[in-house]
Formats: sequence, structure tokens, C-alpha cells
Amino acid sequence: MSEERDKTAGMPSSGDTVGTAGEAPKETAGTVEGKEQSGQEQASANAEPAAPAAPSSAEASAAPVVDPEREAKLKAAAEAREARAAAKAKAESEAVPEEPKAPSPKQPILDAAVGLIRTEVAEDAVEEAYINELNGHMPVIVVKGDRWSEVAALMKNHAALGCNYLRNVTGVDCETHMEAVYHLVSLESKQDYAIKIKTDREAPSVASATPIWATANWNEREIYDLLGINFPGHPDMRRIMMPDDWVGHPLRKDYEPLDPEV
Amino acid sequence: MIRTEELLLNVGPQHPSTHGVFRIIVKLDGEVITEAIPVMGYLHRGTEKLAEDLNFTQIIPYTDRMDYVSAMTNNYVLCHAVETMMGLEIPERAEFMRLIVMELQRVASHLVWWGTYLLDIGAMSPFLYAFRDREMIIDFFNELCGARLTYNYMRVGGVKWDAPEGWLDKVRDFVPYMEKKLDEYNNLVSGNEIFLARIKGIGQYDAQTAIDYGLSGANLRCTGVDWDLRRAEPYSLYNRFEFDVPLGKTGDCYDRYLIRLEETRQSLRILKQALEQIPSSGEVMGKVPRVIRPPAGEVYVRIESPRGEIGCHIISKGKAEPYRLKFRRPSFVNLQILPKLLVGETMTNLITILGGIDIVVGEVDA
Repeated sequence: MSEERDKTAGMPSSGDTVGTAGEAPKETAGTVEGKEQSGQEQASANAEPAAPAAPSSAEASAAPVVDPEREAKLKAAAEAREARAAAKAKAESEAVPEEPKAPSPKQPILDAAVGLIRTEVAEDAVEEAYINELNGHMPVIVVKGDRWSEVAALMKNHAALGCNYLRNVTGVDCETHMEAVYHLVSLESKQDYAIKIKTDREAPSVASATPIWATANWNEREIYDLLGINFPGHPDMRRIMMPDDWVGHPLRKDYEPLDPEV
Repeated sequence: MIRTEELLLNVGPQHPSTHGVFRIIVKLDGEVITEAIPVMGYLHRGTEKLAEDLNFTQIIPYTDRMDYVSAMTNNYVLCHAVETMMGLEIPERAEFMRLIVMELQRVASHLVWWGTYLLDIGAMSPFLYAFRDREMIIDFFNELCGARLTYNYMRVGGVKWDAPEGWLDKVRDFVPYMEKKLDEYNNLVSGNEIFLARIKGIGQYDAQTAIDYGLSGANLRCTGVDWDLRRAEPYSLYNRFEFDVPLGKTGDCYDRYLIRLEETRQSLRILKQALEQIPSSGEVMGKVPRVIRPPAGEVYVRIESPRGEIGCHIISKGKAEPYRLKFRRPSFVNLQILPKLLVGETMTNLITILGGIDIVVGEVDA
């Protein structure tokens, strides 16, 4: 920065048109004619070059004065950064002892649901089960694709679970695989669950939940339409948003429009 | 010998009773519907696809355009989802402002429904009354954020603008005015015999069916299921206020009508309390990082919009843009029951039933 400053300060003095160079930045909108005029009158203008030149020389001499201030500022900023980093490191080191987290308040609920699925459906029906702490400790159960229909029936009909209300179905393209997420809730106990079913990306297929919750009907059609996941057992598997002759499934991460102009 | 055959009739896409572009193919035996096939997607803009290339602040205007009759609640559900992910604290005044605009929006939305529903059924003047009073709310919003329908008012962490001077007083004056007008509406329409003959016992279903179909809002509560997310799973500041959740008994169009009118009254009741309790000054934006980058993970949040449960499912990979964003749109889910309700009904009842569900096509198609 200071080098640039020196250059600009030095320029007027190196040229022989001191007056115009000093004036040009002031009247930036000056036309070509104006410049010619000033060129003709340069001799007369040269009579008082000191006036426009003075500020530039003053600037040049002022530059070294500004620099210490700037340096001081930079130094202060760097010091503040260091202090923040130190504080952060300290906070992190303090946080380390808390590592063994208290079990989630929803852990028993998740364990009970997983236990029920394991005993009632099959030992290997649950691939994974965890608590989604971000989402108010929502229990998440990843169910094996070929067991999903039985698990769905259990989730709805078992007295201890009673998930009679299907809130939402989301299809996700995870790039390595596809996923369908069913958000269930029991209107009686107000307990909600998220059930995930992973499926192959090349031929995605998840058993339809429509026979169990009618809500799933259009939701699954939408997922089929936008992501291409097939739902065997669905009564009416057609596109719902896009036109019937549309090529491809737009929400897939590798989707390329057939006609980019559209 | 009279030759009789099944008649295939297209209702829509541009039919006034669909309030947008929505089409139903009906098969008619005489005047009785034997099958109804809804066709939608005419207003599909791919909001979820577009959102994957936008940061969260940029997505907010897109939510305005889903349910454009109730944009404030759409704003809220997105901001609420991001805030839940990031664990942000919202200043109290900002949260009060949000709650006040959301309840005003509920009143405005129910007024639109009330006016247009009666217009569908054949009563012209209620529409004019309803839009006269709704216009006052629209003016409030216009003064607050410079837009009449697509507000883009809320932000992750708070609201964009504080109430201008005197704004809250105007809303305070509006509440008793609207309460008086609601009585007028009731006297004008609710007991009218022609009206009752048109909607009583029409489009009836029971609680089990409603739950199976995942209905929400007045469509669920008309069967007597006590499920209002403001009460069942309180969000925002709703647990601070007293209000009733009106429930129906028979699950017909008339119950849905009465519930929406009563909900308007309860919204005014919440407004009255909120306007008393709102802090007289304070921040309207919380401490939010300059670039909003929710941590990797996912979250599903839901709130009670005038039409039912609106949900927002965000899957984040720790970037400024969502990896996947899905909206659970109440109009879309509620509309699923339509083909079932229409079988065996007459053409006139198609309009009554469709209007009773209260859909906004921008939200059905998203």
C-alpha cells in the first residue's frame, strides 16, 4: 500500500506538465477540449504550479506519518485475533472434560421402539438408530428396505408406538444412495419419529406406505416424479408435478435438463 | 329409448372456484360424480430445486410465493428451521413482532377464505365485506415492509424492520373493530337458510379418515381431533397466551366454516394479549453470523399455518445453501382427500367441497 502511495505522490513531479497532472484528478469530468485548452495555457498555468503541486507533496510527506498509525492498528487487530484464538482454544480445552455427554432424554423412547421392531419384525430390521439432537432430540431409525412394510404396520398399529399420523415424506438424493424419510407422530402421546429407508441409487425402490397411511399417496408420487424413487405397492404411481412426457427427475443431483433453454 | 353414457368433464385448469390453476377430471353419471381425478402441477416452479442453489436469506422470498395468502407463516417456518439448526436466540421484541404479523396474517387469510368461499357458493356481498376488512391488514403489512402480499419480512434471527411509530397502536385499534365486524359476518351469513342447505352435511368424514389422510388445520379439527400445533407442540411464544382451539363434531363443510370463523376470533384474542405484552423497545435482530451456515445435519420443524401443518425439512452439509429443502405444504396434503369426498356427490357440491378444504394452488404445486 505505501509503495502505491509513493508512486502516485511522485508522478506529478516527474512529468513536465505539473499543473495539468495536479488538476486532472480534481476535474475528472474535464473534456478533451478542456485539456487542449489547458495545454495551450500551460505556460501561464506554470506560473502558479505550486498551488496544485503543494497538496501532492504534502501528501507524500504525510504518508510516512500515517503508516505508524496503520501499523499500530494492524498490530492491535493481530493481538485481538490472537487473544480470541487463545480464548477459543481455552474454551475448547475446557469443554473437553464434558465429552462424555449425558444420554438424550429421548434415548429410552428410541430404545423401546427399536426393541419392539427387533422383537416383532426381525432382529435385522433396524440398520441404525440414533437421536437427532439438532431437531429437539428426535429419534431416528434407519430401517432395512425389505422390512419397511412390516415396520410401518407395526409403527402404526402397536399400542406402545401408535404413530397414526404421517406428517411428511421427503426423498433425498445422497449421491451415494437414495433415501426416503418418513416423519411420523402419535397424536395421543405426541411423540414423533423419523424413519429412514436407504435404497440403491441406480434402481431406487422403497415399499409404498400408502396402504398404511393414505397421506403417503401424493407425497410418494411427488418423490417419484422429482427424484425417481419407485414405490412398489403404490396404487397410482404417476408423475404429479411435471408433465407426463418429462425426461429425467429434476431433484436428482446429476439431473441435466434435456433442453437447457426450457 | 334414451341413450345414456358416462360423461367426462374437465373442471379447470382455469375455473374460478379453483382459485388458481388446478384441474379436476370428473366422470359423471347424470349429475352424480362417479370418479374424480385431480391434475396439478400447472403452477409448479420447482421451489425446492431452486433453493438448492440459494442461501437461506435468498430463499425467504420464494417461501412468500408458495402460500401467497399467508406469506408470513411461510417466512416463519423457514427461519424457524434454520434457527433451530443453529441454536440462535431471538430477541423478545422480534419474536413478538413475528407472532403479531403471523396472527394478523391468519385473520387476513381466513377473511380471504370466507369471502371467496361464499362467492363460490353464490353470495356476492360477503366477498366485498371480507376484502374491505382484509385490506386494512394488508395496509398494515405494506407500512411494515413495503409489500402487500410477498412480504419477505422475516430473517434468520429476527425480523427485517421494527414497527414504525404508531403502527402497534393502529393494530391495537383494529382488533376491537374486527371483533365487531366478525359478529356482523356471523349475523349476515352463518344462519342463512339457503347457505345452510348448501353446506350442512356436505363433504363429511370422520376423525379416523382425517388422520389417515394426514389432514391438518380446520380440516382435521372439524372432526373433533384436538390438534393445533400452537397448542400441541408450542413454538414461538404461543404458550404465553390464552386461546381456545375450536373443534367440530360432524366433520362437514359447515363445521369447517364455523371453525375458521372462530379461529379468526381466537387470533384476535391472541393479538390483544400480544399487543399488551410486547416490549416497548429492543433489538429486532439477534446475533447472527454474517454468513448463515447451519451445521451439518437435518431438522424438521412444523408450525400451524392458517391451512394446517406447514413443515420445513432441511438437510444441511454445513454450507450456506441447503443440501435438500423440502416443504410439507398443508394445501397439498389436505387436497388428497378430494377424490374420495367427491364420489357420489353432485357437480354443485364439487365447488362446495373443494372450497371447504381451503387450498392455495401456489402451495399445492410449490
